[in-house]
Amino acid sequence: MWTRFKRDRTGVISACVVIAFFAIAALAPVISALYGKDPYTQYGLEQEGLLDPFGLPAGANGGISVDFWFGVEPTLGRDVFILLVYGMRTSLFTALAVAVPMVVTGIIIGLVGGYMGGKVDYWLGRLTDFMMALPSQLTLIATMPVVVAVFVSPNEETPTYIRTCAIIIVLWVLGWMSMARLVRSQVLTLREREFVEAAKVAGMPPWRIVRKELLPNLFTPILVQATYMLPSAILSIAFLSFVGVGYVEPTPSWGRMFVTAAENYEANPTFMFFPGIAMVIFVVAFNLLGDSVRDAFDPKSGR
Amino acid sequence: MFRFIIRRSLGAFVILLLISAFTFFMFFAIPQDPALLACGKNCGPEALELIHKNMGLDKPVPEQYFEFMKGIVAGRDFSVGHCDAPCFGISFDDQRNVWDTIIDRLPLTVSLTVGGLVVFLAIGIGAGMIAARKKGTLTDKSVSSLSLVFSSMQIYFLGPIMLGLLVYSTGWMDSPKYVPISEDPIGWAVGLLIPWFVMALIFTAQYTRMSRSTLIEQMQEDHVRTAKAKGMSKRYVFYRYAWRGSLTPIVTILGIDLGSLLGGAIVTEQTFSLAGLGQLVIDSTNNKDLPMTMGVMLISAAFILLLNIIVDVVYGFIDPRVRLA
Repeated sequence: MWTRFKRDRTGVISACVVIAFFAIAALAPVISALYGKDPYTQYGLEQEGLLDPFGLPAGANGGISVDFWFGVEPTLGRDVFILLVYGMRTSLFTALAVAVPMVVTGIIIGLVGGYMGGKVDYWLGRLTDFMMALPSQLTLIATMPVVVAVFVSPNEETPTYIRTCAIIIVLWVLGWMSMARLVRSQVLTLREREFVEAAKVAGMPPWRIVRKELLPNLFTPILVQATYMLPSAILSIAFLSFVGVGYVEPTPSWGRMFVTAAENYEANPTFMFFPGIAMVIFVVAFNLLGDSVRDAFDPKSGR
Repeated sequence: MFRFIIRRSLGAFVILLLISAFTFFMFFAIPQDPALLACGKNCGPEALELIHKNMGLDKPVPEQYFEFMKGIVAGRDFSVGHCDAPCFGISFDDQRNVWDTIIDRLPLTVSLTVGGLVVFLAIGIGAGMIAARKKGTLTDKSVSSLSLVFSSMQIYFLGPIMLGLLVYSTGWMDSPKYVPISEDPIGWAVGLLIPWFVMALIFTAQYTRMSRSTLIEQMQEDHVRTAKAKGMSKRYVFYRYAWRGSLTPIVTILGIDLGSLLGGAIVTEQTFSLAGLGQLVIDSTNNKDLPMTMGVMLISAAFILLLNIIVDVVYGFIDPRVRLA
């Protein structure tokens, strides 16, 4: 399987790109130290001549210069390069923190439903159906303030870590269904196979059957599904921040950068391209990687 | 057919009931006074008292839910006045009837969603057809890779770029705006053209891919081969035999996509500053305006469910093997 993956050039390249993104996110403090700037200092307000009186970058192309590789942010005057690096860090780490519980919940609910069958399966199935019938993005927006309100009273400022928790919880609760469906359908077919029956006859306890017989066979579809879930989690986080219920300033995040960019696009189009292109590259790479992983595991499914 | 529609409508009704209960109890299950959420940072006791009265918050929660649901069917009386039949309560924010505000905003979101849907189906299926007919050529490859790139773009990225290209730098078009279709159908279409295309380009990709692959599959089917062998023209075989068969899986994914289509409409509204349901739900959640959020949730869920039923009916027309009873 690994050899098959290595032969797939698209897959290897996209894997490298994805790893590079995660490396940048993980090494953000190092990059910040080497580059000599941090994502919170408002250079444009501290240094004369970076921003014009309208709050727009004074230099050409959004203020790109030797000191500011990607230019200066309009209005707040932060450095765009380091803002993007930290924005990616926020988004990728939150997405990982979302994807893990999402995948685990999906696996558990799918396994329990598929393996137990009967009433349990029926009700878990109805629960999944219902969660899928909710208009997803709308529900995300509507539940965010509620979840935040569980932690903080409305009279106080919301700390960033609580916002992060709220984002994770909301995306988690509203996002496990596709995995549960997939796992359930796989378990349903596996359950009837001889080796599972043999294990049952031999008196293996159910938990051990699940662990030793079912899960190893489920590994591939789960991995493939998870590689599709992670980018969609990133997009959902960006979506929430873009519409103003996710991360807020001054936390650097991808979604917020698009808000600033859209507000200033007419006067300063350069700013939009850095977060935009970075996101396109990331999503394309991740989707191609998902396809390649699927092909490597299952040579029958041609593109 | 008729029985099918009735049965699906009943199912949709049950789901709506569940969604309403879910939304309602979620808001009231949180440990704080919902009125406090509505009241904001500088909340006096009088304002709090007023909201309590308006919402009938002094009663137990299940009873409040019952009152709310009864209000939708029969109307409701508040201390500030009467609220007519489809009553979703009174906004915490501007004290207006929620239903009136929704009715003001709904046409824009419906136009965006349905228009975007038509545009991306047309582009997606069209591009897929071209790619399938010219399978393996440069056209095929460029269509496929373009669709992958566009599908990885986001509305909030592509939207400003399109605005920059078509509005700011060239002045070919005006900024998107909404004109009611009843007043000026041409102005309606022109005003929403950019949002439709931006929304459509994001969604097109998977329809292109799907229609391409199913068309190629269909061309190898026995009935298509027979039609070819009978000496029918290539074009006739392609459109009447292969194309029709390729529509079924497209309609299937369309049904799945309807929910995210509404999400797409929300982002589109936000990107182009159009005041539709999306902005309403964002504003109302930011202002902690619970009746409004609740109303928008229910109405948009109903809209999505309605589209779903329509898609299923269309399904039966396209593929006669799908029995609707």
